[in-house]
Amino acid sequence: MGAGHAHALYVHQHSPLHRLAPEVKLVVAFGFVFLIAVTPREAVWAFAAYAVIAIGLMVVARFPVRFVVARMAVVLPFVLFAFLIPFIASGEQLQVLGVSVSRQGLWGAWNILAKATLGVMISVLLAGTTEVPDMLRGLGRLHVPASLTAIAGFMVRYLEVIIDELARTRTAMAARGYDPRWLWQVRPIATSAGALFIRSYERGERVHAAMVSRGFSGVMPSLDEPKATSRQWAMAAGFLVLVGMIAALAWVRT
Amino acid sequence: MNAGTAAAAGVISAGAVGYSLRQSRHQMQDRQIPLAGITAAFIFAAQMFNFPVAAGTTGHLLGGALAAVLLGPSMGAVVVTVVVVVQALVFADGGLTALGLNVLNLAIIPVYGGYGAFRVFRRFLPKSRPGVVVATGLAGGVSVVLAAMAFSIEWLFGATAPVPFDTVFTAMVGVHVFIGIGEGIISALAVGAVLASRPDLVYGAQDLSRAQLADRAPIRTRTFVIGGVLVALALAGVVSQAAFEAPDGLERVAVDTGIVDQAQDHALHSGVFAEYATTGIKNQTLSLAIAGFAGVTITLALGLGILFAVRDRGRKPRAPAPT
Amino acid sequence: MTPPAVQLDGIEYRYPDGREALRGVDLQIDHGERVALLGPNGAGKTTLALHLNGILSGGSGTVRIGDTVVTEDTLREIRRRVGLVFQDTDDQLFMPTVREDVAFGPANLGLTGDALTSRTREALESVEAADLADRAPHHLSGGERRRAALATVLAMEPDVLVLDEPSGALDPAGRREVIRVLQSLPLTQLIITHDLPFALELCRRSVILDGGRVVADGATSDLLADAGLLRRHRLELPYAFDRAVLSSRPGTE
Repeated sequence: MGAGHAHALYVHQHSPLHRLAPEVKLVVAFGFVFLIAVTPREAVWAFAAYAVIAIGLMVVARFPVRFVVARMAVVLPFVLFAFLIPFIASGEQLQVLGVSVSRQGLWGAWNILAKATLGVMISVLLAGTTEVPDMLRGLGRLHVPASLTAIAGFMVRYLEVIIDELARTRTAMAARGYDPRWLWQVRPIATSAGALFIRSYERGERVHAAMVSRGFSGVMPSLDEPKATSRQWAMAAGFLVLVGMIAALAWVRT
Repeated sequence: MNAGTAAAAGVISAGAVGYSLRQSRHQMQDRQIPLAGITAAFIFAAQMFNFPVAAGTTGHLLGGALAAVLLGPSMGAVVVTVVVVVQALVFADGGLTALGLNVLNLAIIPVYGGYGAFRVFRRFLPKSRPGVVVATGLAGGVSVVLAAMAFSIEWLFGATAPVPFDTVFTAMVGVHVFIGIGEGIISALAVGAVLASRPDLVYGAQDLSRAQLADRAPIRTRTFVIGGVLVALALAGVVSQAAFEAPDGLERVAVDTGIVDQAQDHALHSGVFAEYATTGIKNQTLSLAIAGFAGVTITLALGLGILFAVRDRGRKPRAPAPT
Repeated sequence: MTPPAVQLDGIEYRYPDGREALRGVDLQIDHGERVALLGPNGAGKTTLALHLNGILSGGSGTVRIGDTVVTEDTLREIRRRVGLVFQDTDDQLFMPTVREDVAFGPANLGLTGDALTSRTREALESVEAADLADRAPHHLSGGERRRAALATVLAMEPDVLVLDEPSGALDPAGRREVIRVLQSLPLTQLIITHDLPFALELCRRSVILDGGRVVADGATSDLLADAGLLRRHRLELPYAFDRAVLSSRPGTE
């Protein structure tokens, strides 16, 4: 986390999922992921069912296959970590291909792998079908404080601007032969980061002046937009009940 | 991490963010939204920065301590939280159930803990520009280690795989001590750059007068390095000492407050503590002891950070730059 | 007699670090006039502009917009009446979509629902930017951004428009779009610019500011014909500009 990509995941398509109100999608996404998280790991069939559902949703959302595969690469660190676990975990040991691995460790690795992969799929579904302004509006309707969503909106708005400035600075430095490989050569990068902060802050002050010029007094005005229909909420509830039943069944059966 | 820990972290994070939001509004008034938003974009971009570590391998900045020193802890917490949340929701980077944990470990703890450490270090360093710079560097390193400790403690409660706590702790904290070095150096240099041209933008240096800012008596590099190494050694040494000193007390507390019982409830479903029980009493005791120490350290740092944040509530917003 | 649209009397201003920016500026602009504000960098043009809607204040002198003096109490009303278009459009287009940006001003004034929607639409149409409504600002071209920024200000239905370098960083086609739009707006306009032909085409009258003081105020064609005046204040007509054309025209429009 933190070293991520700057390319928003939104996929330009017209699908029922794209049209679904953002607050509904957020609730469903979090609900789905939560239910997956509480599903006992031994119920492998349940995870298969979840995967089928998730893939089904991706088909409905008309995600291109290459896009999905590329985004799933985020799971890689988890895969590596999960791979390590059986070897460093304690507990009852099994012999697999002549190497001693922990039984609980294997289950633990599966647990992490399955839940992480499904989690990423759902994240991608959410991000890919929801444009950023809608996402933020959805959060607002779920009672996330308006100032927080406004701040997020500004962040997204100015992200590319600042990244471009950053890229220009790096290009300028490279053009003068700066090619750092070791930590002690890091000074120019750090000082340019400081300069970038100053420029960003000053831009923030100018934007504030522009906002104040148009009557801003500290609270973002409410720009009325369409809300989710009760039909959409009903569909969401139905979906979560379905997933919930799978989870409950898994609990009972284990 | 299991759902319970994730949910608990979510609740804690939500509360902390709410508090930070109110505080920062008090601090910035109507400039809060544009300034927080744009500096959040800066932090996001800064986190994408590759900085070289060794022979071509690169590292990335977390930026929590930097944000705290530049913007103040409450603004810093809001800013880094927004970065983490947007990364998870818009860029599908970070996971949804883990959101609460991520906000806690990557925003709240490094920012407030880093700020607390910053203030402590400032107390022992001269009141000058180099003093602020060095304090920032040390705070940067500490912030990363605190995050690692927090993760380990969370692992203790919510592990979904039977990797023993002390393994996780040693690995996480050990690696992050090294990461912390990079973080510290970059944070320090960045703050230095800002101090050089716009010292009024550095929250952590607000108490310095013009004369003190001009004081560039350098803290010898050697002193700095030696100091840093001593801090690291102290951290490692004290941890192992404390581990042998307070095991019984901590265990009793854990049983009394029901933490251990609850953990065992979880264990029935995920089989983790079943493993703990079979690995021997000494390991469990050590683990709990280390957890206790780490918990105390984090709480201390967080508490200091919040304490200083509250005491600074009276800061006036800065005048806009001439255009 | 109706008061002038803009009246500045003895404006003085110092920056926080002590530098003098404005040393006594007097300026009067009548309703419907388009005036260009010329001068070298650092003359104080932007600083002066920021006084018109009360973003900067605290020095001496009075600013009057119509019949209202700019004070802390009247700021809200003044900001509705004076629309300021900034030099860097990125500073002005801060919402995720152009539509939301244009709606921001009127929403702050209290408009909601249909009134808000129609005001937004009208503003966008007046700058020929209706098709940009749902675009994100950082994906727009320079000329499109200028027009969008203009729309955000027009949505407040101001009496006075102040523009800071409206032709800056634009390609010729973008520049032409801006000229066309500004010519179509019947508002009082104060246009800060380095682009002398731009000033000549749009503004009958020009004011030269240098060192925080007004050093010239007259017909644009007269000012631009005075080569010595231009040179003294670091201004210059473009290469191969036809002086003959200049001296034969009494004014513009």
